[in-house]
Amino acid sequence: MNAATSRNLTIAFFVLLTFGALAPMAFGSARFPQWLEVVIGGLMSGVLYALVAIGLVLIFKASGVFNFAQGAMVLFAALTLVRVMEKLPFALALVVTLAAMVALAWLVERLVLRPLVNQEPIVLFMATLGVAYFIDGFGQLVWGSDIYTLDIGMPKEPKILLEGTFEGGILVSTEDVIAAVMAGLLVAVLALFFQKTGTGRALRAVADDHQAAQSIGIPLNRIWVIVWSVAGLVALVSGVIWGSKLGVQFSLQLIALKALPVVILGGFTSMPGAIIGGLIIGLGEKVSEVYLGPYLGGGIENWFAYVLALIFLLFRPEGLFGERHIDRV
Amino acid sequence: MNLRDAEPATVARRVGDVILAVEGVSLAFGGVKALTDVSFDVREHEVRAIIGPNGAGKSSMLNVINGVYRPQAGQITYRGTKRSAMEPHIAARAGIARTFQSLALFKGMSVLDNMLAGRTLLMKSNIFLQALRIGPALAEETEHRKRVEDIIDFLEIQHVRKTPVGRLPYGLQKRVDLGRALAAEPKVLLLDEPMAGMNVEEKQDMCRFILDVNDEFGTTIVLIEHDMGVVMDLSDRVVVLDYGRKIADGTPDEVRANQAVIDAYLGVKH
Repeated sequence: MNAATSRNLTIAFFVLLTFGALAPMAFGSARFPQWLEVVIGGLMSGVLYALVAIGLVLIFKASGVFNFAQGAMVLFAALTLVRVMEKLPFALALVVTLAAMVALAWLVERLVLRPLVNQEPIVLFMATLGVAYFIDGFGQLVWGSDIYTLDIGMPKEPKILLEGTFEGGILVSTEDVIAAVMAGLLVAVLALFFQKTGTGRALRAVADDHQAAQSIGIPLNRIWVIVWSVAGLVALVSGVIWGSKLGVQFSLQLIALKALPVVILGGFTSMPGAIIGGLIIGLGEKVSEVYLGPYLGGGIENWFAYVLALIFLLFRPEGLFGERHIDRV
Repeated sequence: MNLRDAEPATVARRVGDVILAVEGVSLAFGGVKALTDVSFDVREHEVRAIIGPNGAGKSSMLNVINGVYRPQAGQITYRGTKRSAMEPHIAARAGIARTFQSLALFKGMSVLDNMLAGRTLLMKSNIFLQALRIGPALAEETEHRKRVEDIIDFLEIQHVRKTPVGRLPYGLQKRVDLGRALAAEPKVLLLDEPMAGMNVEEKQDMCRFILDVNDEFGTTIVLIEHDMGVVMDLSDRVVVLDYGRKIADGTPDEVRANQAVIDAYLGVKH
């Protein structure tokens, strides 16, 4: 496929997306305020998918490993936080949890990545599968397997906005808005870190070419610890948000499965791709659930992301923003 | 004609003591012997070439010096310190920079960022200060930028400073590779076929850059090259490898006259 076709496909996709999102309005079945609520709700859950996806992209870029354990890390972070908070105030517990995530990153590098250096990607992927089950079991062994409520003082009451403009206004969950702001802040900090610091530059360098990075004096092992620590931080933030929304429980790690179609959509190597992919999937599944659900029998939310990812794998396997691999024959 | 003789500026350049000595290095991959008992030394400020037919073990030698490969036997003395094994990032810290035969640039990053990455080891300030661009970090960043811009000027690639390296033509990518190595302000520069795949004009440019680096910064250069003309013009002394063994060592003229070298390059009748 040449560059022009590829660009046209991207444009076609976005046109289709906009059309799809606007269709319920245009064909009259939807009331505007209600439609707006659905769109906002969709985008908000998209932000959360994006957060988990960012963790995946981070590690994939720096080490070429698809980290299956990202979901388990989210659960582990949330679990640690909730149990430490029983003894310590929130701020302190946050620091302790972060330290635990860094320790975890260090252990993964020491015990898994280092012995497996230069192995096939599939070997490393299988290793992270093992890591996922280990973290999952270890977390529950240490912290218990009950369902815990994580209360960090986020207001649960939804707010009604624009009451003057529409009859009844639109209902927006305050919790979601705060979560989105937190996620936005995290992304901004990460962008600053990657673009403006020497360490960030070193991380980008490692992502581009391992051998060259080593030759200019970047120690790969330390970079891997840093990357897994940052992924741990991202997991912690996702864990806090999801945990306080749904409660801290085993199913928390299943959100990583939603992050998979997000990175397929956005491209495995693109951070903006992860964000936009997350938003598209969040928006897409909510809008189609609400407006197509009645015709198709509902449950669209559960498969929408995967079908979209499947279509992308068929027509554009590198995703919207991923790097295309052109192999020389 | 030797380029050295043509340029009076080079007279001031003084070849110093031995900075790097390779003693009895042997390297094998399973049953394949890449290097067998190779010894030679490199003097400060000189241009030292390693030549040999394909598969002679030239790149392997460079990789041993740089720490990518660990030799099974032998040792390397670098600035008075002996060692047998090494890590690439430790070699870099000790002032050994290198370029690659098949380019290994950060393709997604701009020329400027590639060069700045080359200075990673020289960056001192705290990561939080760097992110916020305040205090000493600002001054440091400005200083790094200035040094990098000097190198960009030197290599005449100002016009592509902000272009992602992956989009540049091959000849320019080779220059960026050299520039990134220079950005680290190395004591010893290892060049793995810097002129491979270039046309005559590009080769001439690259020759000029290498000589200028050697003259102006006094950088010691260890060079692998296929083009015999280039090697003879550039280097002070030449090591010749064949099937992983050293078969000759000396000035370009001595090497050129050596029967073993002629046989290795032209073949012998059996």
